[in-house]
Amino acid sequence: MATPVLDKVEADSAASPYITVTFRIRRFNPEISDEAQWQDFQIEIDPKERVLDGLHKIKWDVDGSLTFRRSCAHGICGSDAMRINGKNRLACKTLIKDINPEKPITVEAIKGLTVLKDLVVDMEPFFQAYRDVMPFLITKGNEPTRERLQSAEDRERFDDTTKCILCAACTSSCPVFWNDGQYFGPAAIVNAHRFIFDSRDEAGEQRLEILNDKDGVWRCRTTFNCTDACPRGIEVTKAIQEVKRALITRRY
Amino acid sequence: MKIHKYDTVIVGAGGAGMRAAIEATKRSRTAVLTKLYPTRSHTGAAQGGMAAALANVEEDNWEWHTFDTVKGGDYLVDQDAAEILAKEAIDAVLDLEKMGLPFNRTPDGTIDQRRFGGHSRNHGEAPVRRSCYAADRTGHMILQTLYQNCVKEGVEFFNEFYVLDQLITEVDGVKKSAGVVAYELATGEIHVFQAKAVIYASGGTGKFFKVTSNAHTLTGDGQAACYRRGLPLEDMEFFQFHPTGIWRMGILLTEGARGEGGILRNKDGERFMEKYAPVMKDLASRDVVSRSIYTEIREGRGCGPEGDHVYLDLTHLPPEQLDAKLPDITEFARTYLGIEPYTDPIPIQPTAHYAMGGIPTNVEGEVLSDNTTVVPGLYAAGEVACVSVHGANRLGTNSLLDINVFGKRAGIAAAEYSAKADYVELPEDPASFVREQVERLRNSTGSERVSVLRKELQETMDANVMVFRTEQTIKTAVEKIAELRERYRNVSIQDKGKRFNTDLLEAIELGNLLDLAEVMAVSALARKESRGGHYREDYPNRDDVNFMRHTMAYREVGADGSETVRLDYKPVVQTRYQPMERKY
Repeated sequence: MATPVLDKVEADSAASPYITVTFRIRRFNPEISDEAQWQDFQIEIDPKERVLDGLHKIKWDVDGSLTFRRSCAHGICGSDAMRINGKNRLACKTLIKDINPEKPITVEAIKGLTVLKDLVVDMEPFFQAYRDVMPFLITKGNEPTRERLQSAEDRERFDDTTKCILCAACTSSCPVFWNDGQYFGPAAIVNAHRFIFDSRDEAGEQRLEILNDKDGVWRCRTTFNCTDACPRGIEVTKAIQEVKRALITRRY
Repeated sequence: MKIHKYDTVIVGAGGAGMRAAIEATKRSRTAVLTKLYPTRSHTGAAQGGMAAALANVEEDNWEWHTFDTVKGGDYLVDQDAAEILAKEAIDAVLDLEKMGLPFNRTPDGTIDQRRFGGHSRNHGEAPVRRSCYAADRTGHMILQTLYQNCVKEGVEFFNEFYVLDQLITEVDGVKKSAGVVAYELATGEIHVFQAKAVIYASGGTGKFFKVTSNAHTLTGDGQAACYRRGLPLEDMEFFQFHPTGIWRMGILLTEGARGEGGILRNKDGERFMEKYAPVMKDLASRDVVSRSIYTEIREGRGCGPEGDHVYLDLTHLPPEQLDAKLPDITEFARTYLGIEPYTDPIPIQPTAHYAMGGIPTNVEGEVLSDNTTVVPGLYAAGEVACVSVHGANRLGTNSLLDINVFGKRAGIAAAEYSAKADYVELPEDPASFVREQVERLRNSTGSERVSVLRKELQETMDANVMVFRTEQTIKTAVEKIAELRERYRNVSIQDKGKRFNTDLLEAIELGNLLDLAEVMAVSALARKESRGGHYREDYPNRDDVNFMRHTMAYREVGADGSETVRLDYKPVVQTRYQPMERKY
């Protein structure tokens, strides 16, 4: 076993160079104005910090009315999906240094869902689409006394889509969803995939029929925005393609 | 103000709350009030697994699990509760599998299991594979699976409703729960929920520390609401510091990393845990490992220019194993530290992780108003509660277990109670406390800022009541907290609006943290011994003669309106196991 190199990590972290960064944030508060507007904030921040840290600095030190959702702050809870420099990301997983801090960093609410205040959108339509695909295991017959058996290969079959944290980064990056809110959107299809390809589930046909709807998978134009946006690295477009293929072959 | 009526109201939609909701919704008209969307809850951040003696991969049984839990808790565990936890663990895991949870599998197709800290074969002989897991995202899978089943059962959620007050009415000399008061984030409206039964499942309070694995939203709202209404808080001095948080950030790196073979090393590359725990080594209980890390750091063997951390070394493990078993935490190292765990060790330090103490309950989840008296209609489960299955130190994988076992028990007990109970009359003007609190903050012109007070609180907690404590450091914390509580009266907010006023809610959350920090520090000051997560350098030994007892902290309000913490004590339930010296 190789002895780990112990000094490597600190080589570039000894200094803590704070830099000045401009956050250009799309503000909206209907209690004050019906119009949204851009507002610039300049803050001092370590480029190794997250965009969420920058938003906190603004909220905590400059303007307490800046409003956004956040909780875990490390990419697990899915609260803080937003459009950062025009791309959907989680603010807590995006480091300042990775998004060119020399130019203003634009931050706005995700698209396709109604903005309620600043970076907060109405998530209800998103969760409704999720609920519509019956996102729960459906089985027939009597339950076994012990666990259902599942081979490691069968478990692997749907592993990718179990990672979804329902942050809506994918769905709100989809041009089809922007133009037509009736479309289920990538996240709902991902969560249908998670059950359709689970060997224990016995309602694949029902879910496929739901997604065969005019607002279902066929609306997908394979632009891959969703895959690019997913902070969990799920191959969203591939999952949608697998659902399409299952609809044609009825094999899954 | 709106008034709602439900049989059962559940406060919180993490693991415990949703497990309770699945049971309660089947049996009673149930509402779940949650300050976050359910899938945002911090259960989702749990990684390593859920303990159950399934014996799928090697010999194991629930009695060994009970013993490990009692020993891990440094004998402060109520042994009747621990026995229930370990026995019902098996069905709790099987329930989740049947609900659809995608556990990792053995070659036979059964649920796979791995090693975890403090879990052993035959009372400490060697590590045992007891943790049922789904890669390093077991909590995520549990949260998703429970939410999926809540959707299936049609559970009624009130999302982004902050419960800010517990209503208690005295009926014939008996204090009964009448309901709760909630603040709706979207509108600023105050809602009164009259309910026959209320279950608190609102999680922990880790945000009074600076370096913590806890979410920003873990501010002890449930504990504070009950405490303010005269109910006790149990064992609040016991807080768990998880050994492996990402250096400076506190983000959790699962103990499963060491379960898979990861090793802790100091600046000399030495596997230092061999010195402190010759049998269990890196898989000793968390309090032991965290103290060992800080001992290395204090004795000059920490890593980095400031010698303020140690390494979690995974470089000897095959990349395929890391990808399959630890994909999330390796990604955290890449994202937040720019480190490749295949080839480089990860800088870590202990991180404030879990409150062993909380709202005292019996094994049915019924909340106690003193050592024995039940508050009719009031329940609690999960991290907000103290049953006490974790005693002075929780074993890894026992919290995901706790939320499932006691969430289910509380859900059933509460719904059965509400099926036969009547509504308790609401107090006069039930929303008055919340209304006044909200108005005071909204109208305050004081000069203090929430973020400044919170930062000072977190810094004093980290400096004075973390892994090592002394009378002097705890007194420093007590004094600082008193100062901050005084300054908090003068706090003001900038957002005066009604819509999504998170500025206001952060101020209220800070008030909760200050109340609970005071309880913690006062409880810690009085416990002049070292046990589990509470380590006093001035009293380095466990003292079973004087302190084999639970702390019960009550809020006392003097005639002049001054508030103090009054401490009382409660016996520990011992059944099978006599206290022994704890060695790993």
